[in-house]
Amino acid sequence: MKAGSNLEKVLTAGHFAFTGELGPPRGTDAEEVRKKAAFLKGNVDAVNITDNQTAVVRMASWAACIILIQEGLEPNFQMVCRDRNRLAMQADILGAYAHGIRNMLCLSGDHCQFGDHPQARGVFDIDSMQLISMVKKMRDEGKFLGGADLEHPPQIFIGAAANPFADPFEWRVHRLAKKINAGVDFIQTQCIYNMEKFRKYIQQANDMGLTEKAYILAGVTPMKSVGMAKYMKNRVPGMDVPDDIIARLQGVAKDQQAEEGIKIALEQIEEFKEMKGVAGVHLMAIEWEHKVPEIAERAKVLPRPTVE
Amino acid sequence: MIVAKRKPFDEIKELLKSYKKVLNVGCGTCVAVCLVGGEKEVAVLSAEIEMARKLDDNPIQIDGYTVERQCDREYLAELDEMVEKYDALISMACGVGIQFLAERFPDKPVLPAVDTSGLAVNQAAGWYEERCRSCSSCVLGWTGGICPVTMCAKGLYNGPCGGTNKGSCEIHKDQPCAWYKIYERLLRQNRLENLMRVHPANDWKDQTPRTLIQPGYKKPEN
Repeated sequence: MKAGSNLEKVLTAGHFAFTGELGPPRGTDAEEVRKKAAFLKGNVDAVNITDNQTAVVRMASWAACIILIQEGLEPNFQMVCRDRNRLAMQADILGAYAHGIRNMLCLSGDHCQFGDHPQARGVFDIDSMQLISMVKKMRDEGKFLGGADLEHPPQIFIGAAANPFADPFEWRVHRLAKKINAGVDFIQTQCIYNMEKFRKYIQQANDMGLTEKAYILAGVTPMKSVGMAKYMKNRVPGMDVPDDIIARLQGVAKDQQAEEGIKIALEQIEEFKEMKGVAGVHLMAIEWEHKVPEIAERAKVLPRPTVE
Repeated sequence: MIVAKRKPFDEIKELLKSYKKVLNVGCGTCVAVCLVGGEKEVAVLSAEIEMARKLDDNPIQIDGYTVERQCDREYLAELDEMVEKYDALISMACGVGIQFLAERFPDKPVLPAVDTSGLAVNQAAGWYEERCRSCSSCVLGWTGGICPVTMCAKGLYNGPCGGTNKGSCEIHKDQPCAWYKIYERLLRQNRLENLMRVHPANDWKDQTPRTLIQPGYKKPEN
């Protein structure tokens, strides 16, 4: 065990992992975090807490993680390179660990231009690959990035994101390999809609032996409507939404589109359960946390395993 | 070359509002080539200011003079006699020239008329594209001659990020993804293995003022 987090235990024991996501509020209301957390409790192994997602200011990820711990859930602390330099990042990692945070997802972060402070200076002192290496160095060598010794190293289960779809597609699996070489323990992928392309990707990852070196969790986001599907297809960079998904949602009555979106997600989860090299699913029910209990139930991933 | 852009006229006017006798100093090097701060631009700006101040009923005496290089002491010496007649100077040089002018005449306010935007190439007449952030740690040897610090919106050393989209950057479809370009270039040169190298955290040498003394030269005694 590298960190002994629940997520690590579930994956190491060979269970099919199921993780969720929670976006912190754009304000100070801890109750909002608790309400969302209640829908996730018992239904997922760990909950990703986003870090100023889409470059919009929100309650600090680590702070929302602590609320989650108080509620008896396990957080996966997301950290982006956009908003802090290496000093602030390491300080946050130490503080987060001291409060019981055991999983971390290392990301570069969306560009400031997308968010509510487009004039902000993006930091990017280090990039996601270097963040992975830094956390690994802190954990495994007990050293800060600058080389000094660190007392009581943080035992963190290190995660990163992978987008199997952005161009150049041929290069994507090599980029995954690079992140694994840099030291990640688990990967959560971008939302998957193009299953055919994902099958090829995971096949390549299997062939290269990558799925034996890190746990891959497939990203799933149920579509709520045709509008959302079109937005994801046309506006979200790096997203690959095939036309047949849009056609399928268009094929049902408007008030049935959300249900159809969930059905698509459930079919995906069924396939992922059987797919060699996929160790679990990361469910990103964006502002739809209340649907997670139903999705988990219908996906037959309940009860979540307890691993000592 | 160093490129710059003229400041908005109202900002220049505001900077100058309390001065009656002003010398507008151009530079004949980079800013002249990029059409913002040479002899012609000095004449145009001076005329505009003169006219605007006349209309405001606050006349100004503004003279123009363009030196060969504002970042070079020997060309600034020719201003020594002239400067005392003025209450302020405008500089149309890059940020380096402006500071060097201000340093030579520490008793005079030196006001910038341009915003320096960086190190760029000339794509066509009047069209310049930034290519270097002078970070002091050049990685072009690894990246197929394409600078990720400048050309990637996040300045990533181990890109591409998840936002690369059909060869474009996530910030704009007209902005190519630097790492997509790097991939294409390295593929063409059969050097894709370069991309597998994890570039360590950068040593940001541009965070403190840098001094460069070329081999074989030394700093003068005083």
